[in-house]
Amino acid sequence: MNESVLEKLKILAESARYDVSCSSSGTSRPNREGTIGSAAGWGICHSFAEDGRCISLLKVMLTNSCMYDCAYCINRRSNDIPRATLAVSELVDLTIEFYRRNYIEGLFLSSGIVRSPDYTMERLVRIVKDLRTVHRFNGYIHMKSIPGAGRELVQEAGLYADRLSVNIEIPKEESLKMLAPEKDFQSVFAPMRYIRDGVLQSAEERKRFRHAPRFAPAGQSTQMIIGATPETDNDILRVSSALYKRPTMKRVYYSGFVPVNGYDNRLPALKQPPLVRENRLYQADWLLRFYQFKVEEIVDDSYPLLDLEVDPKLAWALRHPECFPVDINRADYEMILRVPGIGVKSAKLIVASRRYGRLSAEQLKKIGVVMKKARYFITCNELPMLTVNELKPENVRRLLTQKKNRKQDDRQLILLFREQEQE
Amino acid sequence: MHIFIYDKTPEGLLTVVFDAYSRKIFPDLLLGEGEPLPLFHDEIYTVVTDEDKANRVWNALEKKLSKVALSMITVSWLSELPEIGLLLFRYIRKNIDAPCAVEMNFGDPDVLELSKIWKKVGQEKHRVQQFLRFQKAADGTYFAAMEPLYNVLPLNIAFLKDRFADQQWLVYDLKREYGYYYDLHEVIEVRFPEKEPHLLSGLLSEDIMDKDEILFQQLWKQYFKSIAVKERINPKLQRQFMPVRFWKYLTEKQG
Ligand code: SF4
Repeated sequence: MNESVLEKLKILAESARYDVSCSSSGTSRPNREGTIGSAAGWGICHSFAEDGRCISLLKVMLTNSCMYDCAYCINRRSNDIPRATLAVSELVDLTIEFYRRNYIEGLFLSSGIVRSPDYTMERLVRIVKDLRTVHRFNGYIHMKSIPGAGRELVQEAGLYADRLSVNIEIPKEESLKMLAPEKDFQSVFAPMRYIRDGVLQSAEERKRFRHAPRFAPAGQSTQMIIGATPETDNDILRVSSALYKRPTMKRVYYSGFVPVNGYDNRLPALKQPPLVRENRLYQADWLLRFYQFKVEEIVDDSYPLLDLEVDPKLAWALRHPECFPVDINRADYEMILRVPGIGVKSAKLIVASRRYGRLSAEQLKKIGVVMKKARYFITCNELPMLTVNELKPENVRRLLTQKKNRKQDDRQLILLFREQEQE
Repeated sequence: MHIFIYDKTPEGLLTVVFDAYSRKIFPDLLLGEGEPLPLFHDEIYTVVTDEDKANRVWNALEKKLSKVALSMITVSWLSELPEIGLLLFRYIRKNIDAPCAVEMNFGDPDVLELSKIWKKVGQEKHRVQQFLRFQKAADGTYFAAMEPLYNVLPLNIAFLKDRFADQQWLVYDLKREYGYYYDLHEVIEVRFPEKEPHLLSGLLSEDIMDKDEILFQQLWKQYFKSIAVKERINPKLQRQFMPVRFWKYLTEKQG
């Protein structure tokens, strides 16, 4: 290892940074004698970069040379940028030495496509295999599965990686084909299927033989780019919802489009990545996974775009005043969860505490309910009845959005990654 | 107003509980030895910490409370907050007096307050796991120093021992001036009568570093810089997740 690695690391991290995922959760694996490290299960963010995003893994490409020409990607072959390739020993050293200093939870490895998808995939598999078997690395490994890679290689990757991912990037196939002529949905969805089959098969085998090998125990994730193509939030969230219905899909990430290739006029010229929209998509995604919302409750053909002004849960409540007010001391958990200003944690606290006696507005506040929002949607012991029904939804909306008229940087509203790690 | 004076140890607190019940007088205020007394008070009672009494109270609590409630007591004790003794006393008393434990009644101000402290200490514990940074010394020991808000190093020993099982390490609390050393077999608590410079600054000086340490620090700093997307720079968000008070000892934030 010497100074030349510095320059390579710079190039390859800059090439890898547009992949949003950095999660290290989903595998809990204590240290075993003779190995290095453990996996914490809940994921640990070790640092936060200047853009406020969590750094949990060493996110790096094996090489940023690529024979494909995807319009949205900094690494496309027609770009004149510095290219670099890490030697296997360099990659192994970086991972282990960073890990020993508690900089990272493990490695997130991806690569540009060199020669062929299978050739590239094989190189990646060899590295993660080496890390596990030769270097006895027991920390977290997330490996990108190369689009178009064959079943056997994906099968092998899953034996060593905690998580595998294949990025859809573009939610509709015609847009994908226009921007990434070498790719199609088949090349993305086939590896996703191989991963799912691998996980399910291993779970089945482990029922019979406790020692059967685990396959990608943290499942798979994917990513869609937001705002590079005309797809609506309805299109995007339908894809997410369909993906979450399949077993093993743990996370869908949304990446606000950063126009890295300004010269390509197939792409919109955005001054800034669509960060507010990205945040709303994460909130909607959250509703799908933890709040028991159906996708058609959040968006549909007549309402295809998320409201940028209010979060999707509040937007839903304002469209459905007939469901409110909710009686905090009586209603089911599911309905309490639907109240704007009440999150999963406070909903659970409410249900646990009300067994001891009726809850008052003051107690709700202490429990962590955002009363400023919730008050229009609930009744409890003594609250005066001035709910969304008496006030009318449009007035509640006005009351709740007023403050934002003060000049405020929208980016500062974004809180999305706080709970990112808790899957 | 009834005042009890105790030695500010967990055993002392449990003895307070025992004595209060046997005397049928309950403290309104708990003070450490030598702490200033308020102007008006009825009675001052000095508790003599007693292992046996403490154990009896703890055993009774173990029978009545869930694991979570017990951890709420032991973990929030590490907050070292001035009011923690009295708060815990009230919490324990409420649990003893109620026909069934009140541990989940977050409508009760003491239960809520304690659960908040418990969460804060838990968060600080997690932050040690996040932001602790080892530097490798020439003798092969990995050294890390921090100044956690609460006394949370002991809560992280199991984690560190498991994760860094095959390297020697020393983690050190600069504020409380003690630490833990792991010699590949066991973890022992350590205090140093003589303070080497790194026990004051928290950082190893170059002359006692491993020969590759500087290179890996540079690599990490380079990575930290390169991974940020320039179009999304957001220092406020960064600070929200990684409070500035940790930066002093973060490798990536060193000049
Ligand atoms: S295949 Fe991957 S690395 Fe290559 S241009 Fe497309 S997105 Fe970029």
